[in-house]
Amino acid sequence: MTFNRRTFIGTAAVGTAALSAPLLATAQGKPRVVVVGGGAGGATAARYIAKDSEGAIDVTLIEPSRAYYTCFFSNLYIGGFQEMDDLGHGYGTLAADYGINVVHDWATGVDRDAKTVALAGGGSVPYDRLILSPGIDFIDGSVAGWDQSAQGVMPHAYKGGTQAELLKAQIMAMPEGGTFAMVAPPNPYRCPPGPYERISMVAHLLKEVNPTAKIIVADPKEKFSKMALFQEGWNDHYAGMIDWIGPDFGGADVEVRPGTMEVVIDGEATKVDAANVIPAMKAGLIVERAGLTEGNWAPVVPATMQSRMDENIHILGDASSQGDMPKSGYSANSQAKVAAMAVRGALTDARVFPAKFSNTCWSLIDTNDGVKVGATYEATEEKIAKVDGFISETGESDELRKATYEESLGWYAGITSDMFG
Amino acid sequence: MRNATRSSLALAVIFAASALCADEIGDVENGADLFGYCSGCHEVGADAENGIGPHLNGIFGRAAGSIDGYFYSDGLNRMGADGLIWDLTTLDAYIENPRALVSGTRMSFDGWEDAQERADVLAYLRAYSDNPANIPEAEPTARPSEVELPPEVLAIQGDVAYGEYLASDCKTCHQQDGSDEGIPSITRWPVDDFVVAMHAYKRKLRPHPVMQMQAGRLSDEEIAALAAYFKDLD
Ligand SMILES: Cc1cc2nc3c(=O)[nH]c(=O)nc-3n(C[C@H](O)[C@H](O)[C@H](O)COP(=O)(O)OP(=O)(O)OC[C@H]3O[C@@H](n4cnc5c(N)ncnc54)[C@H](O)[C@@H]3O)c2cc1C
Repeated sequence: MTFNRRTFIGTAAVGTAALSAPLLATAQGKPRVVVVGGGAGGATAARYIAKDSEGAIDVTLIEPSRAYYTCFFSNLYIGGFQEMDDLGHGYGTLAADYGINVVHDWATGVDRDAKTVALAGGGSVPYDRLILSPGIDFIDGSVAGWDQSAQGVMPHAYKGGTQAELLKAQIMAMPEGGTFAMVAPPNPYRCPPGPYERISMVAHLLKEVNPTAKIIVADPKEKFSKMALFQEGWNDHYAGMIDWIGPDFGGADVEVRPGTMEVVIDGEATKVDAANVIPAMKAGLIVERAGLTEGNWAPVVPATMQSRMDENIHILGDASSQGDMPKSGYSANSQAKVAAMAVRGALTDARVFPAKFSNTCWSLIDTNDGVKVGATYEATEEKIAKVDGFISETGESDELRKATYEESLGWYAGITSDMFG
Repeated sequence: MRNATRSSLALAVIFAASALCADEIGDVENGADLFGYCSGCHEVGADAENGIGPHLNGIFGRAAGSIDGYFYSDGLNRMGADGLIWDLTTLDAYIENPRALVSGTRMSFDGWEDAQERADVLAYLRAYSDNPANIPEAEPTARPSEVELPPEVLAIQGDVAYGEYLASDCKTCHQQDGSDEGIPSITRWPVDDFVVAMHAYKRKLRPHPVMQMQAGRLSDEEIAALAAYFKDLD
């Protein structure tokens, strides 16, 4: 296998390349990359560009939070398998060891002609390449009766940190034999197995502290990720506790009443003691503001993760619409490495290799009962296309399930050090 | 198992380096003599007990690392949990090059190069297993070795820069600093061991779905590139 070394002599040399013409010259003499969002996609991209360009590229990371609380493993926090403190990660190493300018602020808009990002705190940051990885926002009104003002009463717990703590506190405060309800989201949404891992973890917690409690799930989908595995697990570990209501039984016809803590399914109102409403999702608002969405998501070029609408902007992770990859932290991390390579190739003379993507999502059903699903992907013209995949099987041995769970702990340590150094 | 044998046969043809044997697995009597190399650590037969190594009664068809009361290496435990079953193919690969099949095994044995000798000692051991796995009674049994790669594959000089890019895909799970909680360390492996292990996953001889999938899409050059990169990682 041979690769053509890309040596850029001015901008003319790249006319035929998949990447757009590089902007080598800047005021400081160094090309500037701005990354919006310090999560699974953004932190990884910033770190890889800074690390691999060895100072040749100036990297700025814009992220409002001082600590990123991972959504991954937040269900395990609810189940009592993780401490919230251990899910928080600071940006200190990215700044100190990788020389990334970390700016704790919100990006409020993108001027694509001037190539600047506006900040909530005032001022703007110029870029040669911009990377957007803002994750998701919720579509208000997608669950009748719910908007973001209701999230203190009926939390979504689908962004990291305090929302998961709130949900857990509400579960702990349920009266004996009380009812927990989840409104599950329609496709596509971040972390396809996430709601069902959550149900498993809520059931695990309730079995310990409130074993006569009930769980209702209203689901607009007929099928969900790892369905057979979850259903087997729920039967084995939490028999009689979980009532999953699919669309055939009205699971898509839902209204919530935060004022009275009622959930109405198929016209029938139920008073509940804790409610987890996971609404429909769309790309993080900044992508929409930048005018890069089509429908709810931002279409991208598979080989480079460049926006289909602006070649100077790459869009990673949940916000992108790319084809076959699920919206997951692993996927965002994988896409970030491809984008980092493409950006370095465009702005410096770094070599560019064919894009390879992969994903694996682990879920915990009960103590030492872990399952996983995964696939590899490649870039085609049209989309990121699945190459090969696997999924855990029903009826696996206890040993294998335990090893799978332990593997997920290793993965968490691996991906967080890959993101934050 | 029949299918496994078939696909092994196909592989043997592709890689053309494997020893194919006749109807009999091997010579039991010669195997009994050769077992002398093993008996310092392993017992087999009536009253066999665990010693330095586990006893070998009933080894065919048994999951790796599965004898109660024997303290296995992490590597063998992991392989057992991943689903490695001892059968003719896997045992043959293991005694040919123990560390290539099970990274971190404590079995201090460099491996048996001679295919006929391996066949003989396995024929001897087989007599102590009630349900020998993967041994058709009459048909010839193919015994392709996962570890015998054509020399030109082992000779490929890995492109370190390409390896570094490919390795970014590994580092979502395998930690850069060599930590091995839950997921094994893959840094600083000798190049040949790395290459052989990846080919063993690629051919689905090593059991692990994620690794089989990841290795499955790598070319010989890409495996060499990864090995060259990880060899020197601090
Ligand atoms: C309960 C749950 C469990 C999950 N479990 C797993 C799992 O086990 N494995 C897995 O791989 N994935 C899991 N996920 C999915 C995973 O969390 C997401 O897919 C992943 O975080 C997406 O990465 P991202 O970079 O697109 O967005 P995020 O990681 O959400 O990062 C976005 C960042 O951008 C910032 N931001 C947003 N807007 C702006 C702006 N305008 N200006 C500046 N900054 C901004 C945000 O503050 C945030 O830090 C889970 C998700 C949930 C909800």
